[in-house]
Order: sequence, then C-alpha cells, then structure tokens
Amino acid sequence: MPEEMVQSRPENEIAASPSGAVIYADNLHKTYFLGEVQVHALRGVSLSIARGEFVAIMGASGSGKSTFMNLVGCLDRPTRGRYLLEGQDVSKLNNKELAGIRNRKIGFVFQGFNLLSRTSALENVELPLIYSGVPHQQRIERALEALRAVGLEGRESHHPAQLSGGQQQRVAVARALVNSPSIILADEPTGNLDSRTSVEIMEVFQRLNKERSITILLVTHEPDIALYAKRVVTFKDGKVRRDAPVDDPLDAGEVFRTLPALDQDEEEDKD
Amino acid sequence: MDFAAVIRVALRALGRNKMRTILTMLGIIIGVGAVICTVAIGEGASNQIQESLRNLGDNIVFVSAGSVNHGGVHMGSAATKTLTVADAIAIGQQIPLMVRISPGVGASAQLVYGNQNWYTHVRGVAPAYFQIRRWPVQEGGIFTQHDVDSSADVCVIGLTVVQNLFGDENPLGKTIRVQSLPFRVIGVLAPKGQSPFGQDEDDTIIIPYTTVQKKIAGISWVNFIMGSASSQETIKPAQAQIAGLLRERHHLRPDEDNDFMVSSPTDLAETQAQSGRIMTLLLASIASVSLLVGGIGIMNIMLVSVTERTREIGVRMAVGATEQDVQMQFLSEAVVLSLLGGTVGVLGGVAGSMAVSSMLNWPTRVLPEAIGVAVLFSAAVGIFFGYYPARKAARLDPIDALRYE
Repeated sequence: MPEEMVQSRPENEIAASPSGAVIYADNLHKTYFLGEVQVHALRGVSLSIARGEFVAIMGASGSGKSTFMNLVGCLDRPTRGRYLLEGQDVSKLNNKELAGIRNRKIGFVFQGFNLLSRTSALENVELPLIYSGVPHQQRIERALEALRAVGLEGRESHHPAQLSGGQQQRVAVARALVNSPSIILADEPTGNLDSRTSVEIMEVFQRLNKERSITILLVTHEPDIALYAKRVVTFKDGKVRRDAPVDDPLDAGEVFRTLPALDQDEEEDKD
Repeated sequence: MDFAAVIRVALRALGRNKMRTILTMLGIIIGVGAVICTVAIGEGASNQIQESLRNLGDNIVFVSAGSVNHGGVHMGSAATKTLTVADAIAIGQQIPLMVRISPGVGASAQLVYGNQNWYTHVRGVAPAYFQIRRWPVQEGGIFTQHDVDSSADVCVIGLTVVQNLFGDENPLGKTIRVQSLPFRVIGVLAPKGQSPFGQDEDDTIIIPYTTVQKKIAGISWVNFIMGSASSQETIKPAQAQIAGLLRERHHLRPDEDNDFMVSSPTDLAETQAQSGRIMTLLLASIASVSLLVGGIGIMNIMLVSVTERTREIGVRMAVGATEQDVQMQFLSEAVVLSLLGGTVGVLGGVAGSMAVSSMLNWPTRVLPEAIGVAVLFSAAVGIFFGYYPARKAARLDPIDALRYE
C-alpha cells in the first residue's frame, strides 16, 4: 500500500522530500483546543532526518518534543504543515492507514517499557507481526532473531516480571525492531533505568544504528544520554531552538568497559 | 489477525482472571441452564399430552345427546331421546369426512361371576368402536356386525373387570351375568390405562349396542355417536358438517338450540397442551431474564477490563493494531465468555432435566432446537453486551492510552 501511495503522489517525493530523508517535517503546527483555550504545542517545526541518523531530541517539558514525537510516530496528525515519512505524506491519512504505517515503518520504545504482562518475551516481540498478518512460523523465527539482536537469546519464554528492567527494555527494543521499521522512536528509554543499565541500552541502540543503519530518534532530558547520539535537536516553546551535530559521540561499548565492575552478587541479581 | 489467533488471545485474556471469568459466566450458565430445563419439562409434559391424545383414539369426533330446552327448563342429556341409530347411519353415509361411525349406549350395571361381583360402566357400541378408539383385544376377539344385528349376548371386558371378577382365571368363554342376563366373554381388551381425564379406561364391559338398548337399558335411542374423521385436519370441518346434518334431521328451527353436542377430545387435550405451552413460555421467559442479567454482567466486566487494560490497548495500537483489531479482540472475548457459559449452561440444563426426570418422575424432553437456540442466544448476548465495551476500547486515543496510569 505505501508504495502505491507514493506512486500516486510523485510530486511529494520529488518536490518536497530531499533524497534520503526518512523524516521530512515541513512547518508542522499542532494546536490543541482545551475548551475555550487554544494550546499551541508546535508552532512551525521543520526538520529533516536522513537514513541512518541517530538523533536525540531534548527540551523541557512543555517544549513540544512529545507532541513532535507523537506526530513523527503517526499517533497523531498535525493541525497544519506536512510530514513525509520516507517520502510519503502521512499527515492526511485516516486512523486505519496510520495504524498500518505504525505497524510497518515505526518501532516504539517507551520509558515504562510497556510490555504486555504475563506474556512471554517472545510473544511480546511477536505482537507487531500479528497485526501485519505474518504467518505463525515466520513470526516466531523473526521474533527470535530480534531477541538475539538485543542479546536476549534463551529468555524467550520469560515473562516481563521475571526480567530485570534492562532486559525488559531490550525486549521492547526487539519488539520495535521486529518489523524492520524505517525508524525507531525511543521516548525516554532510559528514564526508568539506573545509569549502568542505561549505558547498556544505549549500546544496543548504537549497535543497531551502526550495524543495521537503523534510523533512531531518541527523546531524553538527560544531557549525558544525548551525547551518545550523532545529532541533538533541542525544542523550546514549540519550535526547534538548536539543531547541531555531536562533535564526538560517546561510544557506549567503551563507556561500559570503564564502569566499575559489579560484585558477583549484583551480577546475579541483574539476571 | 486471523480467526484462530483472535480466539487464542481471547482465551488467554480470560484465563488471566479465572475467578472473575467463572463468576461472569455463571450468569449465562444459569440463564441457559434454566431455559433448557424449563423447555425440557414443558416439552415433556406436552409430549405426554400428545401421547395420551393418540391413546384416546383415531381422530375422534364425539356426538352426545345434548340438553333440550323445554320452555325454559333444561333437561339432562340422558333425557334426550332425539339422537338415534338412524342419525349414526346418516352421518356415515352422508359425510365422507367421517370414515368410521359407531352409535353408543351407556349404562351402569352390576356384573356377577361365581361369587364375585363388580359394578361397572357398560358400553353398547358397534364393532367399529374398537378401531375408532384404537383399542385392540389382547385375547380372544371382538363381536361382529352379525352379533349387533342379532342382539347377541356377548361381551368384551377390560382388564380391571377381569381382575375383579376372575382373578387369575382365564375369562375367555366364561359366562358372566349382567343384570341377571348371561353374557359370554369373547375377548379381553388390551390395557389402556387412565384417560386424560383421570378415569380408568380398563374398567369397562363392551357389548353390542342393540343388546344394551333392548335388554339392559330398555331404550330405542342412543346416548352418543362416536366416529373417526379421515385426518386430524378434517376433524373440525367434519364436526360442522355433522352439526348441520343433525339440525336438519332433527328439524330444528334456526332460533332453536342444538339438542346434541358435537365435540372432539382433541379440543380438550389441545386446550391442556395450550395452557402447558403458555406455562412453559412463561417460565422460559422468566429464565431468560437471568440470561439478560448475565449479559449485563458481561458488559460490566468487559468495561472494567477495558479500563484495566487501557495501556495494553495503547501498546497494541502503537505497534499497529487498527480500531477494528482492538474492537474484534474485546468483542471476541465477550463472545467467547458467553459462548463458554452457554455451552456449560446447556450441559447443566441437560443434566438438570435428567435429574428432574429421575427424581421427580416428570417426563422431560430436551429438544436439539432448544440447545441450538440457547447457544445462538448466548452468542447474541455476548455480541450485544460486548459491543459497547469493545467500541469504547477501539475508540481510545493511543496517546492517552499509552499515558494511562
């Protein structure tokens, strides 16, 4: 379906979308109406993100970064402006079409993991494939592969309650990964994790970004987490205030090696 | 999502809260079970009525001498002398809807055999009577038209009479006295049991009507005429034609009442069956109220479940579930819940009606149709009461749902 839609609107791709841009936001506005009051959450955001980028989005609460992420994640539609995802204008799609886009092109990672409880890691990872109609056997193979990619082989049948926070978040990353999306949107993925586990998760993101050229968009309010990205975009008052590359991004793998080793007991705990 | 996956997800979700699931199903189980049970009892009763109706005879039309109004004074039917053997013959000849006809004379008499005696009901009839009543002999034979023509002193007796007069002795060929007249026993009737009106049908002696007329009752008219219509459907028209014919033969003016009554025991049994059906319907509708209550229980629990699982719904939507997917998920949960309840209810209802049968000795009959309707109905309850909660789930905004604490 997306291919057809792109073909039916070639002018979008050629005229507006710079080649290679996964995300192309053009003057996005979002206004909420709370009774009589209008809240201008986004006041004209233009941003282009190319394939393979690792972008951190920063900003205080109320800066519009969450609203922007909702639009980028196709959970919401802009009031004004255009948003092209891989050249396809998704700002006018209906709910069903948006659900399809989320299913095939976007992988979400949330702060609170948002795994289905009392459901095995494998089945959690399988979930997006169920909605895209992948046959059972293939679902299992792809879910296992995604779990391997985040270093969780052997934990397929564990329920979220039996996993540590870092492991749960890795299951969530595997779930975001399983449909080979164009982009992974991570909303404060380390917000509920201690600093050591945070580095572990960043290592997973960096590795996926490097080895598979997966585009990653990461919202965080922690400046030291943003340093793992290649580019930092800062929001303020519904606009992009600063957009700059990170001169020398941290390498999570190396940072991890410099961390003091855990006691044997603590290591056990982690598992 | 394919159908099997939808059902699997629904079963899994229901399995997470087993106690809640069972309690919710209980409403449907009780409702369906009660409906199946009451319908089975009602069906059993009406079956019994049908059975006794068939036992009564073959599409019987019954003409009895009716009360006559003599200047405002109603006389008893026994006083009516206008119904005659000629009327019976006329009905047989002129009304083709009637396939068999027998005139009948009734009397009560003392029977004596040896030192035993027994007071019973004497019926004077034609040989056709045995066919009309579907009443064969179990031993010996019945009398013939020749016996009728010659007013023969022969009789066929019922089992109750046999027991009371003969005990273990074989009555065939023996002579009993009816009001001091000797009669030869030529047959013993097969047992018929109780009539639908509570009389012991086997307590009777059957004699050619001419013999009763001349030698026992001393009358020239008859008390009743009994016949078989050609089919169940022709009973009603035959009754009307007989009434017309008899009014003509009895020279009744249009303003005069009938001096006879045409009836059919089917009427009475029909009335009984009808009131039984109404009773069943009433009970079943009371029982189905509990199905309704069960449905409301499902709706209630589904609403709670949607609220509890708001985040799950948000996650599913984020990874690509459409509104239809979410709606389908919750709707199928409700339907699986009610269908499971319906199935258990059917089993419970069948077991219950079997228990009623064996403990209270009531006849019951579980209709396959009733089972089908109950299962379909419980599915419908699930769809009806599951729709709103499912709609509510599907309408959730994924952003709000993901933020829900």
